[in-house]
Amino acid sequence: MRSGLFARFNRVGAWILLLFLVTPALVAIPVSLTPKRFLSMPGGEYSLRHFTALFSSPEWLSSFFQSAVIGLSTSALATVLGTLCAIGLWRVSSKYSEVVRAFLLLPMIIPQIISAMAFYRLWVPLGLLDTYPGMILAHTILAAPLVLITVSASLANFDPKLEQASRNLGASSWVTMRRVILPSIKPGVFAGALFAFILSWDEIVVTLFVSKFNIYTLPRRMWNGIRENTDPTVAAAAVVLIALTLIAFAVFALVSRRNARQSRT
Amino acid sequence: MKSLERYISPGWFLVAPFLLIVAAFYLGPILNILWLSFTDPVPGIGNYRELYESDALVRIIWTTVRVCVITTFFSVLLGYVIAYAMVHAHENKRNIMLGFVLVSFWISILVRTFSWLMLLGRNGLVNNAFETIGIISEPIAFMRNELGVLIGMVHYMVPYAVLPLLVNMQTLDMRVMNASRNLGASGTQTFWRIYLPLTTPGLVASTLLVFILSLGFYVTPAVLGGGKVLMVAEYIYVQLLVTLQWGTAAMLAALMLFGVLGLLYVMSRFMKLSTVFGGTAS
Repeated sequence: MRSGLFARFNRVGAWILLLFLVTPALVAIPVSLTPKRFLSMPGGEYSLRHFTALFSSPEWLSSFFQSAVIGLSTSALATVLGTLCAIGLWRVSSKYSEVVRAFLLLPMIIPQIISAMAFYRLWVPLGLLDTYPGMILAHTILAAPLVLITVSASLANFDPKLEQASRNLGASSWVTMRRVILPSIKPGVFAGALFAFILSWDEIVVTLFVSKFNIYTLPRRMWNGIRENTDPTVAAAAVVLIALTLIAFAVFALVSRRNARQSRT
Repeated sequence: MKSLERYISPGWFLVAPFLLIVAAFYLGPILNILWLSFTDPVPGIGNYRELYESDALVRIIWTTVRVCVITTFFSVLLGYVIAYAMVHAHENKRNIMLGFVLVSFWISILVRTFSWLMLLGRNGLVNNAFETIGIISEPIAFMRNELGVLIGMVHYMVPYAVLPLLVNMQTLDMRVMNASRNLGASGTQTFWRIYLPLTTPGLVASTLLVFILSLGFYVTPAVLGGGKVLMVAEYIYVQLLVTLQWGTAAMLAALMLFGVLGLLYVMSRFMKLSTVFGGTAS
């Protein structure tokens, strides 16, 4: 219809902007391959020494491990809590449920620095500072709203008559939940779990407040590296993170495409 | 149990676990911080009076608001261009574009901040490239000033601006635009008088979302500002973990919190909040 000069200009502009969004992040790749001992671009020579350093450093490996443990636990806990909550709110659907839903989404939208203060304030007397349970609980509260959103979106497409049919045919509410509701909202649950993991894996502000010596997650170690700003090992770590992001994204895209195809047929 | 169910819908039992956790471990301490802003170190409104008395505090708040307004303006502008092109692209192209947006959304904030550090430094790639081409003779100071903070923040916020706009634009009825063209309006007229007004809800949602997220943003200003661009979040961090003063920090947090809740209220008048945040998930 209106593919005039303006539309063409807009399309070119949009592609340039999309490149601006993605390419700057990739500068870590050449920097990580520098043969020098300080942050620099490789001038024709390449070396994998910083990757070797990364994977032979007990500190970095322990951070990878800690972030994975905290991320997986957060993801599991947030997925269970968020999914139950979404199903509950979907079933109640009264005027109160919308208020409760808005309240439960607050941890996602309240600035992280305030959340960090809040957790820090409570974690000190509870003795949760610098512990796994403290980190996992804090991240779960931040991540479960994401699950709530993705599962609620799936439930919006789910026909409540299916649930009634199952109940009328004599299935208990537990059987209905497990055999009727959960299978049809699986894509939402999966997406929620993935988002929850990424949030925890990448979270830095709350982490800076509630961890110290024992808990030293990957973002925290990168944060220190960035502030000191000398060691190319940080660039190698950044490349590993970019690779993991791309893999996670590819898995997500494949799964959601398969689900879209299934729901179409 | 059965008698309880007569009064309370069974759905609430599924909501209860998370609701109780949020109430106890999140709402509780946040209310505690609000309380502290009036009671620490001495009861009264002393912390709030500092806003009148301390030039430093006013400057920090002013810097924060200025940086957030500029960030929001550019993020929404660029986001609009992207969302507009996406809605009008063919399905395959649109999926690729969405992929770009989501990948940049997913790439770790630390990786992105680190990258800007590499690009914008005195001997960074951008300065080197400019010098090689011969545009400049002296390196431009991109970092340790507001320019660097703005570049980093806009880059981070654009995907957040795109998604609500996209949700909004996808619901528009294109027949209205065709009607406008058939009645003799030019493309530009149709855009300014029909399309833009129809996307107001998306624009409002995207503006408020980006502004709210920018307000409490810590990572990019702290790194790219290099201590020269002090914003509220960084100030709170220093107050709590370095100088251990809860009163002022709690007061600033309270201001920020009320600001955010006020903006959310405004936002809810224009758009159902769940669709705005749901947009980030789909």
